[in-house]
Parts: sequence; structure tokens; C-alpha cells
Amino acid sequence: MSVSETTTDEFDDTLIAEPDRSAPARIRLSPGPTRRPTPEPAAPAITRQIVFDARGVWVDYGAKRALEDVTMTIERNLATALIGPSGCGKSTFLRCLNRMNDSIPGFSVGGELRYHGHDLYGPTANRVEVRRRIGMVFQKPNPFPKSIYDNVAWAPRNLGMKDGLDERVERALRGAALWDEVKDRLKQSALGLSGGQQQRLCIARAIAVEPDVVLLDEPASALDPIATASIEDLIHELKLRYTIVIVTHNMQQAMRVADRTAFFSLDENRTGALIEYADTKTLFSHPADSRTRDYITGQFG
Amino acid sequence: MSTVTPDPEFSLRPSGNLARRLLISRAAQGGAVIAAALAVVILLILIGFTVVHGIGALSWSFLTGNLPAATGQAGGIGPALLGTAELALIAGIISVTLGILTALFLTEFASPRVAAPVAATLDVLAGLPTIVAGVFVYGIVVAHFGESGIAAAIALSMVMTPLVARATLESLRRVPATWRDAAAALGVSHWRTVLTVILPGAASGITTAAILAVARGAGETAPLLFTSALYGNNVQLNPLHALPNLPLEIYTLIETGYPVSVQMAWGAAFLLMMTILLVNIVARIGLRRGERKRGL
Amino acid sequence: MRRMSALSPAPPLSGPAQERARRARLRLTDLRASRTLTVLAWIGAAVIVITMGSVGFQVIRGASEAIGRFGPLFAFHAAWIPNLNKLGGLSYLYGSLVTSLVSLVFATILGVSIGIFLALLAPRPVANVIGPLVEMLAAIPTVVLGLIGIIVISPFSAHTLEPLFHGVLGWTGLFGAPAQNGASLFTASLVLTIMVLPIISALSRDIFRTVPQELRDGAEALGATRWEMIRGVVLPTTVSGITGACVLGFARAMGEAIAVTQVVGNASLIHANLFFPGTTLASAIANQFESPQNSLTESALYYLALILLIVGVLTSIVSRRIISRGAKLT
Repeated sequence: MSVSETTTDEFDDTLIAEPDRSAPARIRLSPGPTRRPTPEPAAPAITRQIVFDARGVWVDYGAKRALEDVTMTIERNLATALIGPSGCGKSTFLRCLNRMNDSIPGFSVGGELRYHGHDLYGPTANRVEVRRRIGMVFQKPNPFPKSIYDNVAWAPRNLGMKDGLDERVERALRGAALWDEVKDRLKQSALGLSGGQQQRLCIARAIAVEPDVVLLDEPASALDPIATASIEDLIHELKLRYTIVIVTHNMQQAMRVADRTAFFSLDENRTGALIEYADTKTLFSHPADSRTRDYITGQFG
Repeated sequence: MSTVTPDPEFSLRPSGNLARRLLISRAAQGGAVIAAALAVVILLILIGFTVVHGIGALSWSFLTGNLPAATGQAGGIGPALLGTAELALIAGIISVTLGILTALFLTEFASPRVAAPVAATLDVLAGLPTIVAGVFVYGIVVAHFGESGIAAAIALSMVMTPLVARATLESLRRVPATWRDAAAALGVSHWRTVLTVILPGAASGITTAAILAVARGAGETAPLLFTSALYGNNVQLNPLHALPNLPLEIYTLIETGYPVSVQMAWGAAFLLMMTILLVNIVARIGLRRGERKRGL
Repeated sequence: MRRMSALSPAPPLSGPAQERARRARLRLTDLRASRTLTVLAWIGAAVIVITMGSVGFQVIRGASEAIGRFGPLFAFHAAWIPNLNKLGGLSYLYGSLVTSLVSLVFATILGVSIGIFLALLAPRPVANVIGPLVEMLAAIPTVVLGLIGIIVISPFSAHTLEPLFHGVLGWTGLFGAPAQNGASLFTASLVLTIMVLPIISALSRDIFRTVPQELRDGAEALGATRWEMIRGVVLPTTVSGITGACVLGFARAMGEAIAVTQVVGNASLIHANLFFPGTTLASAIANQFESPQNSLTESALYYLALILLIVGVLTSIVSRRIISRGAKLT
């Protein structure tokens, strides 16, 4: 279960670095309306530690099925992108990973969703503990109306990490590439920051408690191109230390930041479903499913 | 994809200080639930005592009979029922008219510079202690003309008008701007738009506001204390005289302290409270229905 | 007027002259109606403003004799002896402040908790039942509340709550040995709590609901418990609005006359002990205004009304300010 691989930051012509290619990179998950996904063949040559293991996960909002039968694994220290048209359930799936949907009325989830082998929705899983290990950054920057310092220090304080708090805040802000911009005004309100800075502050806030996973829900969709670029750069840094799952509607962004990409779409019942999951390069260059191909080419022209 | 055995390093059971934090959180949430339960229990206790003490006093003669001729005597509350109905009616007419006009003024006719001080005045009037309204009307009306139903209704409407105006204002603002635009686009003049589009659009909200204000006014005591207190013990419907009314009758019956009087006070309190609560419930349900029908 | 013809179908067989006359008539109607409605709205607003103005004028004029005699120090003299023309408002002001503040403490603790429950904890269907039930407390006529206050709350207060508070908090001096039959500042505070509670709980519920879902999600996504989310994010962002709600509740308590008069004991005394009878500004007016002993006493009662009025105006301005400032922040 060694994490041997150096992650690939560059994404020009080369595919994902060598060891991964020997693995059966592409799994065609829901090829048709009724067929069950075929179980994966024998163990891959290089085993990464599996962080999330979803098998037949479905989600209902009241009587409406939002997501059908998702089976995929998400591996450690990779950036995994979830793409697809709006309403395809990619955000719903992301929010299942740290149980952010729990408080939505009518929400119910089924199938099997494991985190390092622990049932995420099992009786021994505590929702607060889940979120402490699996942080999340939202679409719209949502800093608390507190000082920059307190935004980052708030969660560690809750957790009782009171020793070396200043260093922890600095480390988190550095980790989010924000330190140099805010070090002289830590006591000022976070609401005075620009949108891109606010979003990086939210990332700093999330990594201040040293989570295992950081979930990013369209983190750059409300930002201008320059701020977006800085967030993308940051993601390359982050995945050295954390497992990243990112929802994005921007395919270039997925190509730039993600090692693996999962394509979600609506099936014939207008229910969200996982269509295809592969190495990013493979998915975009040789999509196995016609729906994936249509989506990609439709966007690229 | 072999099944991974649970990795103890990533257990999702509460770790570190979480057990303690969860305990605190649950205690705090429990406190909030208890507070809400306590409020409901208080309401039930208040209603319960009034029902238990009051229901026994009810009888046909109690409802229709004249007020006790002297303190400590038995009697009915018929004149007070009629008087309260009349006061609520007069004060309702005054306050609904004034309240709707003021709300229209604020939303339709006033420039922001004029509207701001009027809105502020409305707020001050809404916060006016009810007893001061009574003192005021005593000074300008009763001191010159003596007590009367009219004076009492004026004092009551000072309490009720801000309620009507505020609620009307809220409903007027909820009328979709598109309706107004559509009317303007058809070339309908402003006053016609106001009367045929905007007011009807806010009708359910305004009706509810009017009903709630009347219910509130019917239960007010302080504005009547110096304006309609010196009434006789039989039916009086002339609004130029002091009108017998339920709130003051309850107030004075309690003050006498005779068991028979307190018993009557409970009966009257039961009637007054139940009527007002029922009207409140019905008006609120009606409002919700009305809004749902319009898709608001 | 072309735009009117859009509304009213043109009458058949009308010559050009008739048509012109009809349009002129319509234009005139239009003008008149528009003017009437505008004038009526202005009158409505004017009545509000004039009424409020004359309340101030009337109360000041009524109080002028007492103002001339006692000056602003009236509010700081305790003696109220009408026969000797020694009149001061301190005991009334004291009673009003004490009962209002004590009830505000109770009502804030309970009301904010209820607001939290309704806005953040309870499922919507539950909140939609409990919320209106709590608001029903505000619909109970004050005289009925006073009746229940005398018969039910006073004995309960005297025999149960007062010994309890005396035992636990007696050392503060505020909660002395229970006295008499329960007619006391403390009982008045309890009755006022019931009146103020629905105001604070409804307002704080509405204020808590304005906290954006994204902020609450943001807190929970950081591994905060529900309570940490409320204490660390919801309460700090709404503190100004809640303060405004408390100010409104305070104003309501200060102005209440009837129910307080029924249970407060009406003794113009100043005691630290809340279990002693006292009196308030509003209940002094309710008790004495009908038949004041002399014109100076009547004027002094107007003076008390003036103090109430000033408190009412100030609280309304302050709460408006606080709430609008809070609205700007979020």
C-alpha cells in the first residue's frame, strides 16, 4: 500500500506517469441502461491506497432519484475530477463523500460508500469526525465574517489544537499560497479580501486542521481567470499532501489539474449516473463511451 | 478492487476531544428544545387554567345578562360583549382605512425622502406604550367631551393602525413587480393599477392584517382605562357614551376580589381569549392558503 | 387619451365628435381619481405624523407644571407624597427598569434558544407548528394574563420559584426571603417574560434564518459540531440583529401597564429584593391617572408618561439603527 508515485503536474502531451499506465486505467462503468457494471479484474500492478470505495451508490431527494449506481474508487494523493453537465449528480456525489447532504430534507443514500474501509454512513461513523478528516471548499467563497486569522484558527481551536496556533495558521496560509498577501493584516476582516483570496482563505481554513482529503466543489467557478489559475496551481501543490476530489464544469480545468477524471451524465430517466472513469488523458483522448465523446467534443468543437 | 480492511488510522469514530464536544453540542441543542417545549407548555398552561376556571361560568344568562349592578353581585356580560364588538368595529374601520392609506403612501406615492420620516414615525407609533395612547386621548378628547366609545376607538386605533400599516406594507411589497410593469405596459394609469392590480394582489395579506389587528384591539385594556370606563350596567350602543367592554370589565371584576366576581372574570377571560386565539389561528391559516394559491 | 382606449372597448357607431367628448370625459375622470387617491394617501400619512406629534405635544403640555416645579431631577427623587406636593419618579422608573430588565434576561435566554431551535435545529414542518404556537403567547390579552398572574403565577412564584431563587442566588441580595403573597417585582417580571418571549423568539428566528446556508455549511465542513457552528458563526454574525430584538422586547416590557399593575403590588418602594412589591411607570399611570389628588399630581403623572414616551421613541430609533446596521453587514 505504498504511495510510491510522484504525481504528475504537467499535462501537455505525455500521459500520466508510467506506473499508472500498467494498471487497467479505464473502467467502463455503466455501459447501458440495464447492465450491471462489470467487476474490476485482478489487482493492479501498482496499488495505491484507496481512500474512497463506492459500490452501487445511489442518492434520492425525496421521491426523486438524483444519482444511480455509482461504483468507483478514489485513490490517495491523486487529484480526481468529477465532470459532467449540470444536474448530473457530480456535486451530489461529492457532497456524499463528507456527508454534507445529510441535513437536506428528503436526502437518502444507499449502496456502499467506504472511506479507508470504514463505512461512511455506518453506525460507527460520526458525521463531525467525517468532516474533520474530509474537508470541503465550496463553489462560492464563504469566509466567516471574522478576521483572516480567526477564519483559519477557528476550526483548530474547536479541535483543541491550541498549541502553536500561530504557526499552524501561518502554515495553512502558506499552504494556500496566501501568506505573503495577508501576513500584515491578519487581524482585518476576511470580507475585505478579493474573491480569489477569499477562496484561497477557505482552502487555508480547510487544511488548517490537517485533513486527509480536500473536496473542492467548483472552487473556481465564481472567480476571474487569474484567480482561477492561482487556485489550479495550488491544487497541484495540495495533492502532494492531500487527496483531492474536485467537481468542475470546466473540462480544460479537469485536464490541467486532475490525474483521474470521472464523467457523470444524465441517463435516460434523467437520473445522474457515472458514465466513464479513467485516467484524465485517456478519458479526454480516447473516451470509451459515446456520451463521453459527445460531451467532450461538444465542448471542444 | 479487493475489499480493503478498515484502516484504524482513519477511523470515523469520534476521536480526540470530539466526544466531549459532541456532548456539549447535544446539551446545547437539548437546551434549545427544552426552551421551545417550555414556551409551548406555558401556552398550554395559560389556556388550560382559563378553560378550567372559565368554562364553568358560561351560561346563557351569563352571556346575555346585564353587568352586575353593584360590586360583589352576580350578573352577566352581555353589554360588555356588545360594547367590545362595537369598539373593535369602529377602531377597525379607522385603523384599516388609515393603515392601508399610509402603506399606499409609503409604497406608491411618497418619494424616498418623504417616506423615510413617515416610516420612522410609524415605527415610533408602533412602539407607543398603550397606556400613553389612553392618556393622550384622555387629554384631547375625554377632557373636553367626556368618555365615549369614539374616544376609546380612537385610542385603540392608535395601537392597531401601525399593525395594519406594517403588514399591508409587507404584502404590497410582495406583489410581483412584473404585475405592475405589465399594467404600465398596457398603458393603465397609476391609480387604476393601484386599485385593480396592486391592492387586490395584496388582498389576502391585508385581510389577515386587518383581522389580526382587530383581534389585538379587542383585547386591549390600557387604552380604554380613561376613555370608556364609566359605563352603566346595561346595554349601551351609542358610541357617544362610554361603552361597556370585556377587558375593563375583567379588570374591574378582578380588582373587587369577590369570589363571584373573580368567577365571572374567568368566564369573560375564557370568552375573550378563546375568541382572539381562534381568530388568530383562522387568519393565519387563511393567509397561508391565500399565499399558496397565488404561488408566493 | 390613447392609453385608456386600450382598456375600454370603443363604443360602436360613435362619430368623431362623440368620441372626442368621451375621451375628454375619461381624461377628466382619470385626473380626478388620480388626484383623489393621492390626496387620500397623503392624508393617511399626515394623520399618522400629526397624531404622533400631538402625542408628544399633549404629554409635554400636561407635564409642564411638574417639569417647571421639579425639573429633570424629577426622575431621581423617590418620594411620591401627593398631599405634600413631594413628587418624584424614581421608584416608578426603578420598578419599570428592574421588571423590564429581569424579564428581558429570562426572555432573551429562552427566546434566543427558541429562535435557534426554530431556525437551525427543527425540521421545517415542526418549526411551522411550534413557531406559531409560541407567537400565540403574544395574542393573549394582557388583562387575561394579569388574571392568570394573580391567581396562578403569584402563588407559584411565592411558594416555588422565590424560595428556589433565594436558595441559589440569595447571596446577590436581589433574591431575599420571599415576602407576602407573591405580588412582587419578580412576579411582574415573570408575567412580562411571557409577553416579551414571543417577540424575541419570532425576531431571532427570522434573523437566524438570514444567515446564509453557505456559512453554516462552511462551518460544518470544518468538522464543527452543530453547537460550535451556532456559537462560532451564527451568533456572531447576528449579534446586532438579536440586540435590536432585545431592545424591542425591552420597550414592550417598559410600556406594559395592565398585567403588571395586577401583579406588581403597587407600592412605591425601592428595594433590591425582587420579592417585594413595587410599582412601575405605566402602572402608576393606570392606577392614579383616573383621579389624581391635585393638578400637580396629574401633571407629575403626565411627566411619568413623558418618560415612558421618551423611552419608547429612543428604543424604536435605537432598534431601527441596530437592525439596519446589522442588515448592511450581512
